[in-house]
Amino acid sequence: MTSEVNHAEMNRSRAVMLLADIPGVVVGEGGPVLNVEAPLEQFASVAAILKEKLGCFFFAFLTAIDHKEAGLEVVARLDNLDSQVSVMLRAKLGAGNTHCPSLYHVYRGANWMERECFDMFGIVFDGHPDLRRMLLPEDWKGHPLLKSYAIDTPYPPYR
Amino acid sequence: MAEVRAIDYTGSERLTMNMGPQHPSAHGVFRAILTLEGEKIVGVDAVIGYLHRCHEKLAENLAYVQYPSIASKTDYVAAMASELAYVMAAEKIAQFEVPKRAQYLRVIVNELQRIASHCLWLGTWCLDMGGALGGGTSIFLYCIRERELVLDLFESLVGARLLYGFHQVGGVRYDIPAGWADQCRTTLNTIEQRLHEYEAMLHDNAFFEARTRGVGVISSALAQDVGVCGPLLRASGVNFDLRKNVPYSSYEDFQFKVPVEQEGDCHARYRVRMVEFRESIKIVRQALDSLPEGPISSRPGVKSLGQVRVPKGEAYARVEGPRGEVGCYLVADGSQKPYRMKWRGASFSNLAVLPYILPGVTVADVVAIMGSVDPVFGEVDR
Repeated sequence: MTSEVNHAEMNRSRAVMLLADIPGVVVGEGGPVLNVEAPLEQFASVAAILKEKLGCFFFAFLTAIDHKEAGLEVVARLDNLDSQVSVMLRAKLGAGNTHCPSLYHVYRGANWMERECFDMFGIVFDGHPDLRRMLLPEDWKGHPLLKSYAIDTPYPPYR
Repeated sequence: MAEVRAIDYTGSERLTMNMGPQHPSAHGVFRAILTLEGEKIVGVDAVIGYLHRCHEKLAENLAYVQYPSIASKTDYVAAMASELAYVMAAEKIAQFEVPKRAQYLRVIVNELQRIASHCLWLGTWCLDMGGALGGGTSIFLYCIRERELVLDLFESLVGARLLYGFHQVGGVRYDIPAGWADQCRTTLNTIEQRLHEYEAMLHDNAFFEARTRGVGVISSALAQDVGVCGPLLRASGVNFDLRKNVPYSSYEDFQFKVPVEQEGDCHARYRVRMVEFRESIKIVRQALDSLPEGPISSRPGVKSLGQVRVPKGEAYARVEGPRGEVGCYLVADGSQKPYRMKWRGASFSNLAVLPYILPGVTVADVVAIMGSVDPVFGEVDR
């Protein structure tokens, strides 16, 4: 158990060191998963550092959380498969904002994940080459995973 | 007077072809808009979403005790894996203990599920490559025959053959009935023996070799970049298996090998899965032999919706399903329902690699590559 704690602490201090140059980055307290909160403008550059310097080559997923009045938050999970480092990279969009920098140029897996996120939350990923709806039809109105979207919203001519 | 159009016979004209949504090799509803130059693919646009049910919205509106049985409908070919991911995420936030017996039962059903799922994969894949394998239907029927044996085991355990509702937050819902362990051992012996028969049909089969060797190569860098996981990742030279590297549900108690191949082509993926068949059989045998006594759940049977409350917090639980990392990211707000839930479908990320590997191959190879990726569209579209 102590070796696990040491391992997590070591990863954290490495991440803090690597991200020291970027103002506004907050690396969360210990635990097996590192929580890295990036300022919105630096979202892609923080991801690039985590990939190249911390070895997080594996792109697990990208999604968003709707915090109602507090606005949206984008979350991406990145893993280093060789040394078991897992990072939850987060960025708060702020109330009313629906723009977020795209990770497509860092991780190719962000292509479909960001399209799905745009589909479900209406977040516009700036720099994404092909931002279309992923799962819903093109003529769908609204973004279903927003908290303001009622589960029984009708979709004429269907229910 | 119709205009006489000059036809270019050199093959430099482009043709846009629709593959799907109802194409047999898709094993579901998947549409690929292929741009062809002659027989060669130069562009791919993948269209998914035909099976979309917005599981994530459903999960936000269903209590923790209700959703696990719905979770099985994401990946309906490996329902046990997705159920487990969901309950593990809830247990992680709430820090519920899971009794040792329940953990072993979870391992047993998940490995049996892997065997059943790989049976379906091998059968349908060979069926897709049909003509080259003397019709391909023979191996398909053999595989389905063995899959049925595993489904019989699930039926006597849970009462259902496809969608189980076996897991619950805090443990499992059913204990194994009398005689089940013996029936399970007999089934495993049968399947182990028949794996040799499958391999005898495919090993050194010139058509099978030609269709799979060097086809659909995924490099290890591309695989990680896109988030490709499971057998595909291991066939591309990355030694990563959640059961070994991040053990959950007592997987550290069992001895098994993780197959890794370097080539990254269809044949490497086939070899990885054939070894996984045998390793799963080994794990189930070990778990049956050392199954501890005790309760199967740390929580009482479900009587009301609000019975499971998960405190404020978030967790990401991941399970090594037959197709790779099945993940459930759960954000809880302290009520009886999750605030937000995200499925990381293994097939979604595995399928996302297609636009990068299809350009350059022929239309016939698409069928072989699709089959080797083994997507289940319930999980892709969720």
